[in-house]
Amino acid sequence: MVAKTKLKEIFGNYLFLLPALAMFLTFSIYPFFKVFQLSVYQWDGIMPTMKFVGFSHFKDILFHNPIWWQSVWHGAYITLLALTFQNCLAFILALLVDRGIKGGKIYRVIFYLPPILSGIVVGLIWNWIYNGDYGLLNYALKYLGLENIQKAWLAEPRTALTSVAIAHMWQGFGWGFIILLAGLQNIPRELYEAARVDGANKWQVLTRVTVPLMIPVFVLVSILTILGCMQIYALIVATTGGGPGYHTEVPVTRIISSMLGQSQFGYACAMGIIFGLLLLTASMIQIRISRRIKQE
Amino acid sequence: MARRGHPKDSRGEENKMTKKVAWLFCVSVFLSCIIGFIGCVKKPEKITGITVWHWMTDRQDAFNVLREIYEKEKGIKINFELYAPSDAYTQKVMAAAQTDTLPDIFGILGEKRVFASFIKAGHVADLTEEMDAENGKWGGVFFSKALDVNRFLLGNQFGVEPGIYGVPIDVMNIQMLYNKALFRKAGLNPDSPPSTWNEFIRAGERLKAANIPVLVSGWGEIWLIDCFASNYAFNIMGEEKVIATIRGDVPYTDPDWIRVFTIFKELSEMGMLAQGVVTMVNKTAEQIFANERAAFAFNGSWCVNVYRGMNPGLEYGAMLPPKISDEHPMAIWGGAGSSFMVNAKSKNREKAIEFLKWLTDKEQQVFLAKSTLNLPSNKYSLTEIPPILAQFADDMERTTHPSILPVAEFPRVIETFNKGIQSIITGEKTPEQLAKEIQKVKEREMRERK
Amino acid sequence: MKNSVLFYRIENVLGWIRDHFFLILVSLSCIFPLVWMFSSALKTQATVFSDMSLFPAHPHWENFYLAWTKGGFAVYFFNSIFYTVTVVTGVVLIASLAAYAFARLEFPGKNIFFYMFLATLMIPLPGAFIALYVLLMKLHLVNTRLGYILIQINGGLALGIFLLKTFFEKMPRDLEDAARIDGCGKFGIYWRVALPLAKPAIAVVVIFNALTVWNEYLLAMLLLTNKSLMPLQRGLMVFQGAHVTQYPLLMAGITITVLPIVLMYILMQKYIIAGITAGAVTG
Repeated sequence: MVAKTKLKEIFGNYLFLLPALAMFLTFSIYPFFKVFQLSVYQWDGIMPTMKFVGFSHFKDILFHNPIWWQSVWHGAYITLLALTFQNCLAFILALLVDRGIKGGKIYRVIFYLPPILSGIVVGLIWNWIYNGDYGLLNYALKYLGLENIQKAWLAEPRTALTSVAIAHMWQGFGWGFIILLAGLQNIPRELYEAARVDGANKWQVLTRVTVPLMIPVFVLVSILTILGCMQIYALIVATTGGGPGYHTEVPVTRIISSMLGQSQFGYACAMGIIFGLLLLTASMIQIRISRRIKQE
Repeated sequence: MARRGHPKDSRGEENKMTKKVAWLFCVSVFLSCIIGFIGCVKKPEKITGITVWHWMTDRQDAFNVLREIYEKEKGIKINFELYAPSDAYTQKVMAAAQTDTLPDIFGILGEKRVFASFIKAGHVADLTEEMDAENGKWGGVFFSKALDVNRFLLGNQFGVEPGIYGVPIDVMNIQMLYNKALFRKAGLNPDSPPSTWNEFIRAGERLKAANIPVLVSGWGEIWLIDCFASNYAFNIMGEEKVIATIRGDVPYTDPDWIRVFTIFKELSEMGMLAQGVVTMVNKTAEQIFANERAAFAFNGSWCVNVYRGMNPGLEYGAMLPPKISDEHPMAIWGGAGSSFMVNAKSKNREKAIEFLKWLTDKEQQVFLAKSTLNLPSNKYSLTEIPPILAQFADDMERTTHPSILPVAEFPRVIETFNKGIQSIITGEKTPEQLAKEIQKVKEREMRERK
Repeated sequence: MKNSVLFYRIENVLGWIRDHFFLILVSLSCIFPLVWMFSSALKTQATVFSDMSLFPAHPHWENFYLAWTKGGFAVYFFNSIFYTVTVVTGVVLIASLAAYAFARLEFPGKNIFFYMFLATLMIPLPGAFIALYVLLMKLHLVNTRLGYILIQINGGLALGIFLLKTFFEKMPRDLEDAARIDGCGKFGIYWRVALPLAKPAIAVVVIFNALTVWNEYLLAMLLLTNKSLMPLQRGLMVFQGAHVTQYPLLMAGITITVLPIVLMYILMQKYIIAGITAGAVTG
């Protein structure tokens, strides 16, 4: 009798999960397995026949494709810049708005506008800003008398990637701002009062009260930043196309170029799997670090 | 802390405004839901007639006009379905190919290799018979180079049965443009643009002295670099040697190839390139030339339509890229601009072919050329095009194209080649270094494909 | 004494200027693209890149009307709203059911399933488009609204489950106990207690998914052939030619498409602030 009701209860619990599971099994699992399957074949995406090549794609990507790893490094570079500058900026802005500054509600809306913009507009704007001959940035530099720094920002090997990173950060900080602001607003004001009564100055309040309580939020923002930055694609296509040379190639541009440009569908799938594993590892590390910090 | 009910309202006025907006929102959502459900219940109608998939946004209006005319004359419905941009179009065609749901007529973007795969997979109808019928009545109206792009020769490296598999509906070629007004400003003669490389360099110096950027082109798009480089390759070493290189009989470290790469080094070092060309998309380059911010542009015949839209008063002319050597002729890329293929598995095969014959007929081609400012593929339809387009048309016979050559280069080599030239322009690599690099990749590819 | 008070006041004012200056600088950089977009919409193709004025001398308001008609926005607009509403509703319902199960119910394999969902969030799959197309073909769902909606609902599940699960876990148990005492079954507790309390987290899921569906383009192009089923982004493509891009009309079209999303954000942001909090402060 007990066993039967237990079974009924478990069955009832599964029902909650059923719709999600059904959709997942249909629309996620099948493509997932297809990509895994295709990664061991050589296929151009069109012919009805494929050639089985085992792990040779993986071997090639891991050991004989320096450009792939360059692209991974470029993605990581953008991610590092975003984790530091973008999220720092977002945090500072969140702090300022959190203090109940006048017009906080308006700022909240305005800072969220860049993420809403379509890739086309963002690409056009930044192309214009960075343009070598008549872009806004060079114009401003000339105005400030800094003519000798003028360059074709998106076309020079040393500045191209950073320029794209800045454009990406500009579009991305809105998300971080919102999440961090929410986290800040959740801190009970009494803690600040107590700290001030104890004689702490602004810096100490920040470091001893705010930051420790915000650590879980920081972790969430970091994971989302990593996922967002590593998957950058449309902005690269709109501004530099991966150039000059290979200087702004990122993982997704390499995958798409293999898939559509070089008609190496299986190879692209293998790249996708390796990429996914890299991201998964990065996220797992983040989560583990956060657990360790929480324990302290 | 649990809170039941509505969140606290701050001020009454603000609340009223939010309520109004919320109401408006709800009403529109409700309306669209109704429309949506009606749409759901009504099954999408079966398409009758012939379906054509294409990516040519600029021509959809012209196509629709032609469609109506055809329906009146022959009573057959044609559906032109537009899927843009070209990336999205390519993916759509690939997905449809996998499930045998390709339309009656469609175009194939990409290199000849891709075209060959579609043919071998059985998706493209062989049109040789129709083209050759009645002593080549249909095939004979086209510019020969336009047909060659759609033709596979006996013994081709792709293993495709020789024949003609596509119908060109327009042609194009890529040349240099020059701005006559800026020429005058720099003291150059607008009626005799430079025809040799040295004249070009000298003209460039005059332009630089007048503070005018010299050459602009969308070399962020690597195929355009390929175009410029291969034009000069043909000029410097001749077609035979270029083909031999692709076959692998001549290395890329040959001095002639190094001369080709050095061209870019010269252009860059002498400041003849507009700022940022290596990452510039062609559309930006077109903007720059149209707004008279560069004296020369390297672009295709479609630019006539683009420039007209952006600056109707632009005074410019077309010229061949200034030649370096007199030994071999200067070749330019050209051939079919866009082509349509017939689905081999289509149930409306004959009707589709009939329609394509009509579409490439003299009158329709004249109409398309006039309304979209593209060169017609029918060589008898050049009557009503503006003079600048006529300049492009004149050079159709000296065109070449990778798709016409009997051999095709490996995609990885092409990428190394073009991206490497970008690095030469930025000064990161020397021509010799690039040559060695390309040859290494080439040798590796040849080893693996054996 | 007086001096220190003065210094304090000056420091205050300087601080105020410094704070607001920074905020205003950043705000300007955020608003600038929209202003540029709007002003470009009022120019002509010939002047859009040469006329540098913020507001053109002869504004072409008809560009908005032209964009609406030439882009066929009427049908596309309603389609987009329909897709957004249905997908968002679907994600909220299905994800919250699953999240509630993960948070409050016990059943074997719970952790495995949860990490499975999490993995899809972290492993992107470029190249899945052909597989998806083949799949829909087999299910006879190509070129149907249903197919398009289902795939997008599925896409939003992972993040939705993640956010909602952490929120549900933090719910105070006494409310649940009270409801159980009142005689509510599992579903009753979920429907009457958990969901209403989760309004903030739901708001987050709503805005995330609404933005994604509203801007979605590639999937629509792949799966749908019927023009009457296409979303708004399809209308914008008409202005982006292979060679000629009609910039003023394109900008007008984009302005039109951006408005509803901004509106929705303004409505939802009250809830969002409270929402991300609860989901985040556990990690």
